[in-house]
Amino acid sequence: MEFQFQFDWQSAIDSIPFLLKGIPYTLLISFGGLLIGFALGILFGLLSINKKWFLRWPATAYIEIFRGTPILVQVLFIFYGLPDLVGGPIDPITAGIAAIALNSGAYISEVVRGGVQSIAKGQTEAGLSLGLSRTQTFWSIIWPQAFRRMIPPLGNQAIVSIKDTSLFSVIGVGELVRQGQIYIANTFTAFEVYFVVAILYLAITLSLSLMLRMLERRGLGSV
Amino acid sequence: MTHIVEMKGMNKYFGKLHVLKDIDLTVEKGEVVVIIGASGSGKSTLIRCVNGLEEYESGNLVVDGHALAPKGGNQKNLNEIRKEVGMVFQQFNLFPHLTVKKNIMLAPMKVKNTAETVAKATAERLLERVGIGNQADKYPSQLSGGQQQRVAIARALAMEPRLMLFDEPTSALDPEMIGEVLDVMRELAKEGMTMMVVTHEMGFAREVADRVIYIHEGQIVEQGKPDDVFDNPQSERTQAFLSRVLGH
Repeated sequence: MEFQFQFDWQSAIDSIPFLLKGIPYTLLISFGGLLIGFALGILFGLLSINKKWFLRWPATAYIEIFRGTPILVQVLFIFYGLPDLVGGPIDPITAGIAAIALNSGAYISEVVRGGVQSIAKGQTEAGLSLGLSRTQTFWSIIWPQAFRRMIPPLGNQAIVSIKDTSLFSVIGVGELVRQGQIYIANTFTAFEVYFVVAILYLAITLSLSLMLRMLERRGLGSV
Repeated sequence: MTHIVEMKGMNKYFGKLHVLKDIDLTVEKGEVVVIIGASGSGKSTLIRCVNGLEEYESGNLVVDGHALAPKGGNQKNLNEIRKEVGMVFQQFNLFPHLTVKKNIMLAPMKVKNTAETVAKATAERLLERVGIGNQADKYPSQLSGGQQQRVAIARALAMEPRLMLFDEPTSALDPEMIGEVLDVMRELAKEGMTMMVVTHEMGFAREVADRVIYIHEGQIVEQGKPDDVFDNPQSERTQAFLSRVLGH
């Protein structure tokens, strides 16, 4: 028998409604996680440039640990490991959000640090010389400028984290990849289904890129 | 009290480098003091100590009646001093994310809780005074260097300072823009502002200064009325420096 492969458009289209059910979970875990990750990133990013070593060291340790270990190991640890410690099961969605939060938080810390440190020292001096406190100088002068510089790397991190959620199929979160796996188990149309899965990820990440570009362009006139 | 700045036996180090050596200096209210010297002589460091942007190691410093402790000491007066001392930087250091008007309004609103309408009126008046009333809604990057430095002067004036520090205010400017900034400074001096000015503009020093101070390797080598210092310098070091900068 001669081997002949034909892309089966019909099964690709048929799989879409079932795959779409995974998207809310993908979005919930990525954006829920990123939101917390952003808060962690601001906190630990600023702590990591604090003059006091007892604030700086723990922040640096957090960043190095969560940047230096695979997110798959992190989520497995949270989902299978932590229940032993807390004495009860952890819901897979919670585990997924926690993993994205802790992982992206470490990277965002570095983005925050880089953004803040990229602002010239003269800006702080100007603020202080006008009588503003260090806190006022930071939040009204340094942070707004740093934040604008942080938008491109933050967008980058958001895209990475969205794609990272695909790994959470291993703990049984019904996100996009997991839905695909379930569907394929019944239809054996791996090529078509993973193709659609890839397209759906691309749709999410491309819309995000587009939004970020618009945001950046709007901010350009003023810096 | 007429002394606005009083330095006694002030010493400052950058690591092992002794940048200010036993500085004794008083500045009277209304006085315009111009500090000259080669780069690296410590003249910028000297005025940066006055508002605490640099900390000194030993000696005494009193600014407008507030003692400013040396490094490691109690700095509770620092913010009081900074509210009363304005500073203009070589690189302008305007806030690029704020319009010209907002640059000027920021400190009065944050530090003195001035109402927005009042701060706005002040900003507009000051911009008028430095000759760029029509640029209020632009961003700093849309202005020329000379205009930016005039905004920086207006920004410092908005806090109604009792003393203004100028750290090489024209050194980063294209030659054709130096004049417009010096004009504003000249006006300010005429109106009685107390000023400490670090500059390489010898013409300005001769014309506007009440006193010229020459610093060499962290020490005040010579000081006096501009005509005396420029025409009849007593120290050999001053003579050598002046002949280099004045091109005799």
